[in-house]
Amino acid sequence: MRLVVVGNGMAGARLVSEVRARSADVRITVYGAEAARPYNRVLLSNVVAGTAGREQVRLVGPRWYAEHDVTARLGVAVTAIDRDARAVVAADGTREPYDVLVLATGSEPVVPPIPGVERASPFRTLDDCDRIREAAATARRAVVIGGGLLGVEAARGLAGLGLPVTLLHFAGHLMERQLDAEAGLVLGETLAALGVATRTGVNATRIVDGRVELSEGGPVEADLVVLACGVRPVVGLARDAGLGVERGVLVDDELRTGDRAVFAIGECAQHAGTVYGLVAPAWEQASVVADIVTGADKEARYRGSRLVTRLKASRVELAAMGETHLTEDEAEIVRFSHRRDGTYRKLVIRDGRLVGAILLGETAAVGTLTQLFDRGAPLPADRAGLLFPGLAGPGADGAAADSPVRMPDSARVCRCNDVTKGRIRACWESGARDVAAVAAATRATTGCGGCRDAVDGIIGWLCEQEGVSV
Amino acid sequence: MKPPLRTIGTMPTSPFLPAPVMSPVAEGSATHCPYCALQCGMHVAGGAVTPREDVPANAGGLCQKGWTAAELLTSPERLTTPLLRGRPATWDEALDFTAARIRAVQEEHGRDAVAVFGGGGLTNEAAYQLGKFARVALRTSRIDYNGRFCMSSAAAAAGRAFGMDRGLPFPITDIGRADAVLLAGGNVAETMPPFVRHLTRIRDRGGRLVVVDPRVTPTAALADLHLQVTPGADLALALGLLHLAVAEGHADLGYLAARTTGFEAVRDSVAAWWPERVERVTGVPAARMREAVRILGGAERAMILTGRGAEQHAKGTDTVTAFVNLALTLGLPGREGSGYGCLTGQGNGQGGREHGQKADQLPGCRRIDDPAARAHVASVWGVDPGDLPGPGRSAYELLDALGTPGGPKALLVFGSNPVVSAPRAGHVAGRLGALDLLVVADVVLSETAAMADVVLSVTQWAEEAGTMTNLEGRVLLRRRAADPPPGVRGDLAVLHGIAARLGHGHRFPADPRTVFDELRRASEGGIADYSGITYERIAAETGVFWPCPRSTEDGGPHPGTPRPFLDRFATPDGRARLVPVEHRPAAEEPDEEFPLHLTSGRTLAHYQSGAQTRRVPALNAASPAPYVELHPELAERLGVEDGETVRVRGRRGAVECAARVSRAIRPDTLFMPFHWEGVNRLTNPALDPVSRMPEFKVCAAMVERLDAPAGARGKGDR
Repeated sequence: MRLVVVGNGMAGARLVSEVRARSADVRITVYGAEAARPYNRVLLSNVVAGTAGREQVRLVGPRWYAEHDVTARLGVAVTAIDRDARAVVAADGTREPYDVLVLATGSEPVVPPIPGVERASPFRTLDDCDRIREAAATARRAVVIGGGLLGVEAARGLAGLGLPVTLLHFAGHLMERQLDAEAGLVLGETLAALGVATRTGVNATRIVDGRVELSEGGPVEADLVVLACGVRPVVGLARDAGLGVERGVLVDDELRTGDRAVFAIGECAQHAGTVYGLVAPAWEQASVVADIVTGADKEARYRGSRLVTRLKASRVELAAMGETHLTEDEAEIVRFSHRRDGTYRKLVIRDGRLVGAILLGETAAVGTLTQLFDRGAPLPADRAGLLFPGLAGPGADGAAADSPVRMPDSARVCRCNDVTKGRIRACWESGARDVAAVAAATRATTGCGGCRDAVDGIIGWLCEQEGVSV
Repeated sequence: MKPPLRTIGTMPTSPFLPAPVMSPVAEGSATHCPYCALQCGMHVAGGAVTPREDVPANAGGLCQKGWTAAELLTSPERLTTPLLRGRPATWDEALDFTAARIRAVQEEHGRDAVAVFGGGGLTNEAAYQLGKFARVALRTSRIDYNGRFCMSSAAAAAGRAFGMDRGLPFPITDIGRADAVLLAGGNVAETMPPFVRHLTRIRDRGGRLVVVDPRVTPTAALADLHLQVTPGADLALALGLLHLAVAEGHADLGYLAARTTGFEAVRDSVAAWWPERVERVTGVPAARMREAVRILGGAERAMILTGRGAEQHAKGTDTVTAFVNLALTLGLPGREGSGYGCLTGQGNGQGGREHGQKADQLPGCRRIDDPAARAHVASVWGVDPGDLPGPGRSAYELLDALGTPGGPKALLVFGSNPVVSAPRAGHVAGRLGALDLLVVADVVLSETAAMADVVLSVTQWAEEAGTMTNLEGRVLLRRRAADPPPGVRGDLAVLHGIAARLGHGHRFPADPRTVFDELRRASEGGIADYSGITYERIAAETGVFWPCPRSTEDGGPHPGTPRPFLDRFATPDGRARLVPVEHRPAAEEPDEEFPLHLTSGRTLAHYQSGAQTRRVPALNAASPAPYVELHPELAERLGVEDGETVRVRGRRGAVECAARVSRAIRPDTLFMPFHWEGVNRLTNPALDPVSRMPEFKVCAAMVERLDAPAGARGKGDR
């Protein structure tokens, strides 16, 4: 079978490796418009921040294609699909026949139609990161236009390089798709402490040398301007080929387009009304298509994804998932806010299940809550315990550190040799006055040795009670 | 030249006699604990135990199991006579019957119709002799052992990374000198309590301990940082830690270039495992992963250790490989005071996997499909290499095939209790029941022995002499400190007795020293080379680390090898190998019918299948019955109270036991100890493709009150 994949980003590259992992027989050709080997776009903000190098974000090594018998045509754009002949046509004029075609063309950055926008750098590719870092090296002030996930990450990264950054956002608060107003506010304050000033409710109207002019208020000085104004699916190829397209290329639960030989996955695909902009759904889709086209699991189906957004920015811990905007009328809301500490936590619960959450500021609860959201598992009655996992007390049943006074006689002091406080007391009553004597009589402290202080404390307390000096 | 035979043991008068144990009793003998791989040093005299200060592993400490070990010697449940079909029999009756049935089964169904199942508690001498017995006296390929359920994943991963499978490739005292230790899936505070003394030393010096475990075990409670991972997701966690180690600049590029191969491919493979993705799979907050990596990466000397929690999975080999990759990326293995190690479980889990009990190995960790290895071992055994069988089936595959058309019709079990310890144990018991002949050599009437046609009453630890190799790869001397009861014989004498009746008695001496000397020659030149080790040296040096060739290059005595990787790894090119691995879900993830993870493990008072410890009154009092641990949130939802008897169900069976409500466990997970018949009726026999390790550590299950409506019942396959 001949498989042609158009697009070698997170979705396309994943599909290629998933297919190869399932079958050695499929003939695979993958086209990538960028000349670079595929890389992990999720980590690009780390590249801007300088915490990851170019090589660290590569998804495959230089020899991978040869070792896995995959034809990679990197830096070659596909210009047309000839569905009648089942072939794609590339920019260099070559034709590549297929039995199965997978479109993974991704999306492109939205460039706002404002004067001087050509002075700004988009933030989408590895090459964009290089340009931004190069400019940042000599810049004195930076502006990031767009306060969505990517814009926040870019602003944080630039601030980490020591640049004062202003983050402009048209909506009333940052990341308004994922966050409610208060969370957006707290996020802005957290960023402010890290050197990112935020201005919301404004549009950039013009970019000129040295500054960005705004719809409201005075201009912002900047010699580096980064665009993070969202993305739009790349669907031209599909539309020209006569495939169904709305915002993205329309696909069914098998990720097939109207043409059974043509699939679409990732940010260019629209499934059940949704175009996903995160990597997890793209990889789930790649897995389903790989199962179907290799025959590994012909019954595999894609049923949509639960969305978890996790900000990747140093010293800003933010997780947002599901329906964060529901109100008290629509759902049960649990909320905790501590702005001075940069903490905001909100749970959105329906029918006893977690359907949305915002967690801003570091919390050990994030792992558990993400899994409860992913699985749709029933929640415990103690909602506060969900937000504050430490509240319920320590997990282990260790009594050793407890005060000898409050400890009941049945409390096990030495786990290794199964010695209770009561036995130590009995031992003391028959004359033992130090750890060695108790150890000789009960074997307490002779295993891991961890209860030595506790045994010592109990003996000391018993002696005090009796007024005996030791 | 052989060493002089003075202080330990005597030569047998004739190896042809089915003599019992030859070593005389040395009163107050310095020996080692019968239980775990720590092999704590102890004196046994007059039916009492005192700890030894001279053995570094325990340095004077003992847990309750060790302190009460001597009670086994006088247990009223001790077998003191062979049993034939449940009735006491003489040794001649039992051995004659056994040999006659073996002959008959092999004549009718072929050599492979008789199988052997060994154990990780046998001495090196018994393990060696059992492997030889299978290959030479029975000429069957069907031999494997319970260590397959224990150490096989770590062994496979260490073999492919380092070219050598030695649990700790450094003395245990190195651990206390480390500045940071990550322990993945090990609960040493319960399984080998005196080990904690080494961890305490780290913390006393200001070092830090990171523990990976789905439960807040007593060990996790000791940790500076606990990563409470979702059962079955350890591999993803290791990949995430490696991703962070690279991203945060902790990769030791100079070390990687000089001492390893394969780093680039591994680095590329973990690009897809950024911490926030790993968080979603593992439930471990990304911030905690970062902290763990900073602790390890910032330490001057650091160690990564794995236990069964990371290893007993259908992806156990890859999970260990991922932790080994992390250790190599940080530049740890082969540096004094740092490294990767696995914590061996069974008493002789290390030695037991080196000398021929494994389906695919010959003595010295030699591969049975290697012609040079076959030629060497055959020459020591005095047989034609062509007569040696090839590789056999792994433990579960062997048990699964019992009594089937084409499968073994007879099984000899030494030192193992698979009715309790095998996965999908209900099915395994059924297979054992389908045999024409089951012979079990044991100390007590274990659940498996109770099913046997022939039970052979054998000696236990303090009644026998031999060597044990502990978790450090240190070969230790087990001295005979008590007389066995009349009617009891050693494993070696039993093998001699059967072999003699099959016409091979002269090849199977019953004296441990004679067998050890042969083992030394058989292992010579192999990976686990014991040829320079003698009983005298072990006694004088309180243990000798293998590899210990007969002599050094200049002809002097070899000192043994405490740290085998300091100069080079045991691979052909001397470099450690990083191998890319991918995470995948557990073989059985929770679903609507079985919405919880079930994991299994150990409690402090018991050892393995509990055949020994359940018969020690003090241990039984400390931990009298099986239980299922569940979180209070789950208990509340089900209306289950602490102590109430509940039913735990899975796809392969169900078990009733007491509920123990505890915050030490994740709300989505159940834990059951496996020292009793029970949890292994539920565990999943899905096998690791490389090590053939079953997935003991995670399967899907549910828990319900006993009065739950019967309509919801699933089907067990017992």
